[in-house]
Amino acid sequence: MRQQTRPGPDQALLQVTDLHVTRDGRPILRGVNLTVMEGSIHAVLGLNGSGKSTLAYALIGSAGYALQRGEIRFAGEDITPLSITERGRLGLTLAWQEPARFEGLSVERYVSLGMREPDLQHVRQALIAVALDPDDYLRRYVDESLSGGERKRVELAAVYAMRPRLAILDEPDSGIDILTLEDISKLIRRMQREGTTVLLISHRDEVVAIADAASLMCEGQVQTTGDPRHVCDRYARCCRPCDRARKVETEYDYERL
Amino acid sequence: MSDFEAILKAYAAAGGNPEFLKSPKIGSLVISGNEVLGLNAIPGLDVRADPLPDGVRVAVRVAPSARIETPVHLCFGVIPEEGVQRILVDYEVGAGASVEFLAHCTFPNALRVQHVMQGTVHVGHGATMRYSEVHYHGETGGIEVLPRLQIRVDEGGRYFSSFSQTKGRAGRIDFDYTVDVDREALAELTAKALGYADDQITVRETIRLNGEGARGLARSRIAVRDRARSEVLATTEGNAPFARGHVDCVEIVRGQAIANAVPVVRVTDDRAQVTHEAAIGTVGKKELETLMSRGLAEEEAVDIIVRGMLG
Repeated sequence: MRQQTRPGPDQALLQVTDLHVTRDGRPILRGVNLTVMEGSIHAVLGLNGSGKSTLAYALIGSAGYALQRGEIRFAGEDITPLSITERGRLGLTLAWQEPARFEGLSVERYVSLGMREPDLQHVRQALIAVALDPDDYLRRYVDESLSGGERKRVELAAVYAMRPRLAILDEPDSGIDILTLEDISKLIRRMQREGTTVLLISHRDEVVAIADAASLMCEGQVQTTGDPRHVCDRYARCCRPCDRARKVETEYDYERL
Repeated sequence: MSDFEAILKAYAAAGGNPEFLKSPKIGSLVISGNEVLGLNAIPGLDVRADPLPDGVRVAVRVAPSARIETPVHLCFGVIPEEGVQRILVDYEVGAGASVEFLAHCTFPNALRVQHVMQGTVHVGHGATMRYSEVHYHGETGGIEVLPRLQIRVDEGGRYFSSFSQTKGRAGRIDFDYTVDVDREALAELTAKALGYADDQITVRETIRLNGEGARGLARSRIAVRDRARSEVLATTEGNAPFARGHVDCVEIVRGQAIANAVPVVRVTDDRAQVTHEAAIGTVGKKELETLMSRGLAEEEAVDIIVRGMLG
């Protein structure tokens, strides 16, 4: 485990500078600049195809997202050359929009994988935090037998149990019914209280309401950053009538590749 | 160390609990080479074992309507580094009976050992038989394992079999099961194996759904790396109205290993339906990166994914 440095409150935990990323030779991120403050909930808002998920994959170091230019600094350290494992060990992780399935891997084991000192009580608490009854779920498998919503909750529980320094939550509300948005909001606030900085990716402005700051992405760039209300307002006025995003393939399509 | 103690130790290495082989309340059979070292029949279960020059002839009878509540434990092993063990088996599960067998096959020191399991299984009308076979072949790869069974499941019967070799070297495994499934009967075959170095794994499974409403599932999970090779030849036939069959094969390949899958689906009745799915490749990128983003090293993540798949 790497020695972690602490920037402390009111300091940037994540600094992305002029990030250019291609996927299969096609430019997706075209000079992203983003600063996420330690201890904050920072939302990234944008239409499908704006580059939000690509930004998430680039931040964790996912293969296939070729960095052409730019720098990612995490807790003051340039992590651009680091592997996905090394970034994970620094405390940078991602809850996937459509989480992977694992045959034969129990929920208990899966949730405990990122914990420094796995213990059952902590795993149970993480499941309760995402409104899953541990007695019903601990022994189930993280495979196709879970519904999409259940799998998303298990993913959020696993990220919460890891207690990372920065949790990137990619569309945490997708696939989960509207009634549980409140549960997700509570979980995100709880993560923040317990010391995790949250980068919240969404295309729904109602999710962004819980953020301390927000950035609006369009065509692979951050267009503006500021108060979530102002960013949501600009998103509603400028992005929703806009059809530019439809001209590019979505991250979902890339993910499926 | 006595022969019995030696085989018990090997049995434990394969994952078995030796206490089960000592209990008079639990049906059991212990064979080392061509010697029958232990045999315990219980009410409803008759077991006969006759030594052959190079193995043992085994006949297992479960009485009609008998409910064998506790699994019957079987142990087959060869302790020396060289030798041949031929087990000729004949399982007869009477109508309406229910029984589960847990077999451990252990060859911990094999340098040149051949283990042949050959025979027949008959699951009677409305009977249920579960047969789980766990193998441990040691670390040298000097083993050849040849299980060959002809299975017949009568009307309303249920047969579940599981073959598992997921610890140590596989050596050469050539597995060949054929099942004939009668009306409203069910057969599920599962094979799981791990191969590395120059191991060779061949799984042949044939399910013939011959009776109306018969159901069958052939499921295989193989992981190979280094120069190991695996081949799955799974055939399912739908030969009767409303028969339902499925072939489900996943093989994970790493290094210079090579995997083949040949799922064959044959339907001779237009009201039957047989489906198949086969996936061969390396560990999925998304699965791998999910675990790596939790701080796991790549090899550690691969190991967790493979172990999960192999159960």
